[in-house]
Amino acid sequence: MTAASMSVQALVGRFATDTPFELPVIDYRLLMPILIILGAGVVSVVIEAFAPRRARRPLQLILVLGSLVAAFIAVVGLAGTQTTTAAGSIAVDGPALVMQGAILVIALLGGLLMAERMVDPSGDAFAPRASALPGSDDERQFAARGYLQTEVWPLFLFAVGGMLLFPASNDLLIMFVALEVMSLPLYLLAGLARRRRLLSQEAAMKYFLLGAFSSAFFLYGAALIYGYAGSVDLPVIAAQLSGKPSESAIVLIGLGMLLVGLLFKIGAVPFHQWTPDVYQGAPTAVTGFMAATVKIAAFGALFRVLYVAFGGMRWDWAPMMWIVAILTMLIGSIIAITQTDIKRMLAYSSIAQAGFILVGLIAASPAGLAGAMFYLIAYGFTTIGAFAVITMVRDGNGEATHLSKWAGLGKKSPLVATLFSVFMLSLAGIPLTSGFIGKFSVFTAAIEAGAGWLVIVAVVASLIAAFFYVRVIVLMFFSEPNDQTATVAIPSVFTTIALAAAATITIVLGIVPQPLIELLANADVFVR
Amino acid sequence: MINAGAVVWAEGAPVLQEVMPATGVFSLIWLLIALPLFGAAVLLLGGRHTNKWGPYLGVLTVFGSAVIAVLMLLGLMARGAEERSIGQSLFTWVFAGRFEVNMAFQLDQLSLVFVLLITIVGTLIHIYSLGYMSHDPDKRKFFGYLNLFVGAMLLLVLANNYLLLYVGWEGVGLASYLLIGFWQIKPTAAAAAKKAFIINRVGDVGLSIAIMVIFVTFGSVTFSDVFGQAGSANEGTLTAIGLLLLLAAAGKSAQFPLQAWLLDAMEGPTPVSALIHAATMVTAGVYLIARSNAIYDRAVWAATAVVVVGLITIFMGAIIGSAKDDIKKSLAGSTMSQIGYMIMAVGLGPIGYVFAIFHLLTHGVFKAGLFLGAGSVMHGMKDQVNMRRYGALRAAMVVTFVTFMAGYLAIIGIPPFSGFWSKDEIIHAAFERSPIIGGLAILAAGITGFYMTRMVAMTFFGKARWEDDVHPHESPAVMTIPLIILAIGSTFLGMALLFWGNIETWLEPVVGFATAKSPISTTTTIALSLAFVIVGAVIGWISYARREVPIVAPRGSWLTRAARQDLYGDAVNESLVVRPSFLLSRVLIWFDSRVVDGIVNGSAAIVGGSSGRLRRYQSGFARSYALSMVGGAVFVLLALVLVRLS
Repeated sequence: MTAASMSVQALVGRFATDTPFELPVIDYRLLMPILIILGAGVVSVVIEAFAPRRARRPLQLILVLGSLVAAFIAVVGLAGTQTTTAAGSIAVDGPALVMQGAILVIALLGGLLMAERMVDPSGDAFAPRASALPGSDDERQFAARGYLQTEVWPLFLFAVGGMLLFPASNDLLIMFVALEVMSLPLYLLAGLARRRRLLSQEAAMKYFLLGAFSSAFFLYGAALIYGYAGSVDLPVIAAQLSGKPSESAIVLIGLGMLLVGLLFKIGAVPFHQWTPDVYQGAPTAVTGFMAATVKIAAFGALFRVLYVAFGGMRWDWAPMMWIVAILTMLIGSIIAITQTDIKRMLAYSSIAQAGFILVGLIAASPAGLAGAMFYLIAYGFTTIGAFAVITMVRDGNGEATHLSKWAGLGKKSPLVATLFSVFMLSLAGIPLTSGFIGKFSVFTAAIEAGAGWLVIVAVVASLIAAFFYVRVIVLMFFSEPNDQTATVAIPSVFTTIALAAAATITIVLGIVPQPLIELLANADVFVR
Repeated sequence: MINAGAVVWAEGAPVLQEVMPATGVFSLIWLLIALPLFGAAVLLLGGRHTNKWGPYLGVLTVFGSAVIAVLMLLGLMARGAEERSIGQSLFTWVFAGRFEVNMAFQLDQLSLVFVLLITIVGTLIHIYSLGYMSHDPDKRKFFGYLNLFVGAMLLLVLANNYLLLYVGWEGVGLASYLLIGFWQIKPTAAAAAKKAFIINRVGDVGLSIAIMVIFVTFGSVTFSDVFGQAGSANEGTLTAIGLLLLLAAAGKSAQFPLQAWLLDAMEGPTPVSALIHAATMVTAGVYLIARSNAIYDRAVWAATAVVVVGLITIFMGAIIGSAKDDIKKSLAGSTMSQIGYMIMAVGLGPIGYVFAIFHLLTHGVFKAGLFLGAGSVMHGMKDQVNMRRYGALRAAMVVTFVTFMAGYLAIIGIPPFSGFWSKDEIIHAAFERSPIIGGLAILAAGITGFYMTRMVAMTFFGKARWEDDVHPHESPAVMTIPLIILAIGSTFLGMALLFWGNIETWLEPVVGFATAKSPISTTTTIALSLAFVIVGAVIGWISYARREVPIVAPRGSWLTRAARQDLYGDAVNESLVVRPSFLLSRVLIWFDSRVVDGIVNGSAAIVGGSSGRLRRYQSGFARSYALSMVGGAVFVLLALVLVRLS
């Protein structure tokens, strides 16, 4: 009560002495990666509006893949930068550039998966017309005419743009804008599945409602923090926290609300329930794309908020994050055991993985950040590879996601089953895969930071998790194919490239992780 | 003067050896590992094209490693004792901050004896498999997996740091898993593979936590750094590391309480049981503890725990071995028991390490011989494994019989066969620690006499109890020649290592050595253990060779019945681990989605394509999800406030 009234006084005082508005200086060169992607998004809308129907798909593909590559080159060109721009609201520093680079490469693979139209005989992964009611005559007509929904491409580009901005935002308002720019297109993309459209639309609806709910928490938290610190700038918040006593309940509540919004996006328990439904309902290519990239972007933002703005309050948030991490690892791993749908299983697995990455966050050290970034990159490539395999395993009704249909797949398609096994082993953290190095670096960082018990829980959880990853391998290789066993569709060059790249990176990062580890060790400090 | 007890262990402890650069033949250390891995890659990736010559390539790669290993033995013997530890670093594997791990190998007296065992016994078993697996359509894959195993096992024993050892550790686990489940048509084989994998993961958790604790304590995971600083760490930390490593060893070496997988692992082809589940992989736990001697020498409680685990397993294995009618499972029980001896011996400290490794080597040879002998019997008996269906086979398969008898005399410890020398040294050392431990070890030797005699009597003596269409015959030469070589090893290896090879002086620089000053003399130990063995053997002979062996197993005493059920190892695992975790999972699911009666139903509806039903399930979900988000937000806020208040 007293605390609240105190800060209201502070607020009033600040308004009275407000400085005149200054035009911020914006260094466009530093924002180039984001600008390329958002600019390409705008061009993409124009293409949708004016290009003839037949030309749209090739034009969009060239634009999307070209802009992703260009943005990646721009990120590489900025390597080593450690500064802020746009009046300190956007950070261009090591962690931001690493996350942006990872998001762009994974988005490239995701884009390739979304461009695939060989595996499904009736077209690509998306509904021919989103406006047609599921099961209606309209829908059948559009499908029969071979319509393709090229609107997915502008949505995809805007989502990637938001993702690039999210981990780079050095200001709670920009972060909120980035969050929404990233999320809104994803809600739509999740609802565009060609098959099982009801499931897909319900997933999108649910994702949207809960996502909006969590955004509201985030925004409210940002407002409260502004009320306390008089600024939404993360470094200013940190300065305010160290400058004056932070007893005020408003800080705690504000921080809590911010965390609700961010923990929702990474899918941590108890904000995880949307994950299985959305992962299952969304078109698999989209699931793979967002499972990998949203996690990277959201962890980037979470790290930045907790390290830059609230690093001084570590002893306040660390115990709570301990509990969240433990719950996330254990609940994700344990529930995954009884899943019978492979997409739901991977959804719970992604929840558990988020818990492991939180272990690195709790270390609250550069090593923890570097370890978590390695983990995110490893997880991102492995995950998109795993979902790429799922797009190819099909039966008469589209993708065969029920686990029973994977029995004996190793006999029918040994190469695809082997690739999937590599991804599963990496997610389980078996040595000589990227997942092992990721787990190892995160856990060592946490032990060094004195979180030994947390690591013991984490290792036990990874033991439980290994069970269900290996179960899929056993199912594929150690049972005989039957008439229920799915077949593997022969994909076009798009999926082939994505799958090959994901598998190569998963193995290479397990055997020679050194270059990436060194790169991350040079990029483990946030600009303040 | 060395007194009994643990306090003086430091006296026998080794001084850290200086690591020499890899020159001459030693620059080929990497090739030891690379050869079998190359074979595995060609066989597994080459596809059907390699069907014809693949198995021979598999044999050749392991043989090549064996030749290099022998050359290295000669090279090491030519050097002075202080120049026998050789390091080779390939490249930096992980380097972050002060954390550095190299892809680097260390060849010393300890790893070399393992390399010799793995490559030589491995070569013999590869050759034997040419005959044993000749009719199998997946022969190429089998040799690929075997090569993968040999490569991983060599990596395990040649690694110069714990992390690389862990890679080999997981690698042998993977190969073992693939090979146990090799005949995947049998559901029992697939189940056994899964069980082995899961139980081993429990042990692996111990190893991975141990490695992290080691890194945090010593700032390095390289053996030389860790052992060099072991004296500076406090005893509590060392005890924790020791117990975690023991957990790892128990998983890999099938020791109590993680023993249950080994009996099921016998579902794999017999050469696999011989190589992986008798001679090499299951002894990795002994290697791990012996290698970490600097830690155990300073952590008395951890070492005591090692002794206790070993002792319990000696008896569990012996009792199970006495009750099983399946010849391979009976041998598996015996393997558990014999590894129990080794584990107990490494727990004894510098008086035991050398003899544990000594017994490991002799056991590796004679147990491989026994398993291959059992495989030869099965080969001639249409894959029958039930000993109650054998009998009087000594005339039908003479070579198998004679070689099996060499293994038999070696394992029960009759002089001058090799097991006698190694087991007796262990028992003698055990007496120094405590007469109770020594007494128990001797008692178990008596049980060994019993169950091995039972096996031999039921298989080769008595009356023929064969099934009607079985015509036992001797195996082809490609199988009997490895048997003969292993039988020669079973007979002479003990004497060779002890008198000619001076195994104590050879290993002392690595693991340390102290002579045992037992309360009873060597002669008394020998006389006592021989007496027990002979009594056991006579009981076995009277019960199973003189008397008729019923074809249907009698009900037996409660102990026999318990032993037939693997002493309820499965039931214990089931009720302690499996059932609770499934229950927990169900409870969590119920909690997670209390609206529906389980995610499984939901998935079934999705697969059934019944979208109407599905919609009913899913609508309303969002509301309850939102509610739980509010609950989560309350939790987050409360947690923050409570922390602040406390």
